[in-house]
Amino acid sequence: MEGVMQTETKIRAESGIESGPRGSGCSLRNFACEQNLLSRPDGSASFLQGDTSVLAGVYGPAEVKVSKEIFNKATLEVTLRPKIGLPGVAEKSRERLIRNTCEAVVLGALHPRTSITVVLQVVSDAGSLLACCLNAACMALVDAGVPMRALFCGVTCALDSDGTLLLDPTAKQEKEARAVLTFALDSVERKLLMSTTKGLYSDAELQQCLAAAQAASQHVFRFYRESLQRRYSKS
Amino acid sequence: MAAGFKTVEPLEYYRRFLKENCRPDGRELGEFRTTTVNIGSIGTADGSSLVKLGNTTVICGIKAEFGAPPTDAPDKGYVVPNVDLSPLCSWRFRSGPPGEEAQVASQFIADVIENSQVIQKEDLCISPGKLAWVLYCDLICLNHDGNILDACTFALLAALKNVQLPEVTINEETALAEVNLKKKSYLNIRTHPVATSFAVFDDTLLIVDPTEEEENLATGTLTVVMDEEGKLCCLHKPGGSGLTGAKLQDCMSRAVTRHKEVKKLMDEVFKSMKPK
Repeated sequence: MEGVMQTETKIRAESGIESGPRGSGCSLRNFACEQNLLSRPDGSASFLQGDTSVLAGVYGPAEVKVSKEIFNKATLEVTLRPKIGLPGVAEKSRERLIRNTCEAVVLGALHPRTSITVVLQVVSDAGSLLACCLNAACMALVDAGVPMRALFCGVTCALDSDGTLLLDPTAKQEKEARAVLTFALDSVERKLLMSTTKGLYSDAELQQCLAAAQAASQHVFRFYRESLQRRYSKS
Repeated sequence: MAAGFKTVEPLEYYRRFLKENCRPDGRELGEFRTTTVNIGSIGTADGSSLVKLGNTTVICGIKAEFGAPPTDAPDKGYVVPNVDLSPLCSWRFRSGPPGEEAQVASQFIADVIENSQVIQKEDLCISPGKLAWVLYCDLICLNHDGNILDACTFALLAALKNVQLPEVTINEETALAEVNLKKKSYLNIRTHPVATSFAVFDDTLLIVDPTEEEENLATGTLTVVMDEEGKLCCLHKPGGSGLTGAKLQDCMSRAVTRHKEVKKLMDEVFKSMKPK
């Protein structure tokens, strides 16, 4: 079954831009997702957010090395390759974040002593890279048919010097921001699965960003659902 | 009998304790292990500290060397952290290139230094564009019994407070640096970031300062790094079970109390040090 589905959805959610110091204009960039574009991996997906693009491939459940096997669940491995240069310590740190997020949602107990490998290749980086990687990984896992208890999505928030919240920042906005927070949320109860932050911020700002990310994740999940519905309704 | 049960069903054994709101080592869910800190023990390093969090032991040594400042920031120096998890500290590690856990810990410490602005990199510059200090911070774990991130952050902070840099002047005629070892000054530490780690059990219970067994049984971990004004430098939650906003709030309040405890301990230690 060759379903090369290209789904483009323009999602903008403007909740009003107030002029006060805590004004928040929430709008996510255009996103697009293409599934099953590579023939060798069991599942693949390409996720675009504005100009940031990540390509993900999933192999699994497949054979695992005896040294790495876990007797009662699947071993998950994530490899993140940057666009230029060799992977370094920062990539290792991100791989750990993505791997732990996937481990929390993938039903590894159904495939003991196997390995599920997720390979991510950064095609272009224009801000919100980690969130785009998470989204691509989720879509690729779905395309591979790996059983999961929930879907997950990544959302990035940037706080600038006067406390304005920006969702899905571009590279320029990230550089100028005082703090950049990336969250991974699950689709069932919008709980926080993963979080990594850069910069200084207060507790109240954290809660504000988390609430905004939860609202934005609704749109991402709706996009996932629509793109999958469109793909499977054709066949 | 209990030892047999623990080997066969470690999770069930643990749950029995959690039901009574305590842990096998007798601590409560929100209690930290005994923290001890010792500074200035390494004579050859410019600054050093040894932190023990229960059985977890981390030693930090800081060496200051000269280097050229980066071309895109000619008025800044460097702080280079490196966490070393050797086979000495735990059976899980092999000798050779740093494994994933060591790399993640090194990246975490680098992020904490960067985000909290614990020292201004401009303070490390001697002559803009030509000479700056490079602080190599080596954190070596001697015994890994869980909660390595908290111990490393504390060790780094204590060692940075202990660093004494000699005065350097650039001789105009020869353009060489002259180091005056007799005149040393401490670094200007602007904030005191303190890390508090939690482990999530069965998607609902949060326990503070997990030991290694608890980390293996946990379904997720969370580390909060806070400075004295209550500002967060880092919220590190590498996956694991989901948390609601309310649970995060509880973690924040526990982190605030932990910060006070650690700050008190550090102030006592530094006050008791004899001024050179």
